[in-house]
Amino acid sequence: MTYALQFQGLTLGYDRHPAVHRLRGEIAEGSLTAIVGPNGAGKSTMLKGVIGTLRPLEGGIDFGGLTRSEIAYLPQQSDVDRSFPIVVADLVTMGLWREIGGFAGLRAAHHARVAEAIAAVGLEGFEKRPIGSLSGGQIQRALFARLLLQDARLVLLDEPFTAVDAKTMADLIGVVQRWHGEGRTVLAVLHDFDTVRDHFPRTMMLARELVAHGPTAQVLTAENQFRARQMCEACAGPPHTCGRNAA
Amino acid sequence: MIWEFLVQPFADYGFMRRALMGCIAISVGATPVGVFLMLRRMSLTGDAMAHAILPGAAVGYLIAGLSLGAMTIGGLIAGMTVALLAGFVTRVTALREDTSLAAFYLISLAVGVLIVSTRGSNVDLMRVLFGTVLALDDAALVLLSSITSVSVFALAVLFRPLVLECADPQFLRSVSGLSAMAHFTFLALVVLNLVAGFHALGTLMAVGIMILPAAAARFWAVGIGALIAVAVSVAMLSSLVGLLVSYHFSLPSGPAIILVAGLAYALSLVFGPVGGLAERVFPRRYLEA
Repeated sequence: MTYALQFQGLTLGYDRHPAVHRLRGEIAEGSLTAIVGPNGAGKSTMLKGVIGTLRPLEGGIDFGGLTRSEIAYLPQQSDVDRSFPIVVADLVTMGLWREIGGFAGLRAAHHARVAEAIAAVGLEGFEKRPIGSLSGGQIQRALFARLLLQDARLVLLDEPFTAVDAKTMADLIGVVQRWHGEGRTVLAVLHDFDTVRDHFPRTMMLARELVAHGPTAQVLTAENQFRARQMCEACAGPPHTCGRNAA
Repeated sequence: MIWEFLVQPFADYGFMRRALMGCIAISVGATPVGVFLMLRRMSLTGDAMAHAILPGAAVGYLIAGLSLGAMTIGGLIAGMTVALLAGFVTRVTALREDTSLAAFYLISLAVGVLIVSTRGSNVDLMRVLFGTVLALDDAALVLLSSITSVSVFALAVLFRPLVLECADPQFLRSVSGLSAMAHFTFLALVVLNLVAGFHALGTLMAVGIMILPAAAARFWAVGIGALIAVAVSVAMLSSLVGLLVSYHFSLPSGPAIILVAGLAYALSLVFGPVGGLAERVFPRRYLEA
């Protein structure tokens, strides 16, 4: 099986403090993987490393045949300025950036795809609504519609179901499973283990370092969870220098 | 009576016609940039940049006298230097852009005031700070119109990346390398328009025609296109009324124009249907869905 990502001793951090430490492992192409772990385990940091907004302190990532433009990313707290005067259709249309770039015009086919993406996330009738008038769940649906248009081979989701109601979550999980069915690789940071067990075949558990990675049932064990908590607590101790920065 | 008040000053005097044309050119060029400054919560950046261009304009003035080209090039160099240095410091250090910009513009302003006060006179300083819209000659008008035309064209080309940079900068960075380019080109447009504006209104007043109409438009329109259209209209009307007030009451023209724009802002603040005070006191019926 080919991999979409291979972590090669990846260390990521902030201000020299590692948040992900010497991570090794592979994410299989076309897999649907949940990233779990306690707060401060480095889950969001790992996604930032993949998308390239954080440069590794050590090690790296092999993207196989993936190019950066084939990766889509939905951050934990989207940077969308809700007071900016654009409507839902405009926000979703941004997902076509790789096709139309900064300057090309929109054709009828593009408008049709925007409408289709908006319908796929259950936001029909909201096309002309200013984004400032949407609820948290509705804005998340609009951001998923934008992801749909990005047509990415690797989709990174950072806590995508936080602060959304059960119906919205069910609809968005439907979108995630559609991506999985189309052979796309999906990595989602999640906290709710029931959601992970029900919908994510594979899981990677982090506690700054890799705790376990494999089929969800084998990873989400009480023993692994206990180990993850212990490892995170150990990380709270006084720092020391290591790696290539070591004296 | 109406003819005498509204039209005769422009019919009789070429300097009034040139002043009006200059102000209209600035309104068309600078105000859309002001709308984006406001939407990006960078309104005070315009003010900072207006101060930053002072030393360049002053050096241009001292080297070549009242040479339009020298002052323009000087202002552009000073403004862009401050914008680029502030951007560079923000990207490579822990300092945020507002602080680094404030630091550099204050240094730049101090240098500018020092140069003017040691080498020039108070009259020179007043000219640079407050402009001379009634003394615009044909060459100044051509330069000013050229700069604002370039600005409108560049803004049209840059429109989509700029909207995305404003609405969701993180997304733009994740899909494109245009983020930094959009940011710095936009800052260049701010500097360019301020330099165009300072010939007519002075470095301090130029930012007024950029920001006040944009702030007023926020109370009348919702979409970006509508905001720009309302803001440009307010700027043009303020220019016309300001020049007439200045002519009839013998007031300095730059401050008169900006004060009329300020009045437009105050009226919008009270009566504007999009979040104005009147709308708060007498809310409209809400929609069904």
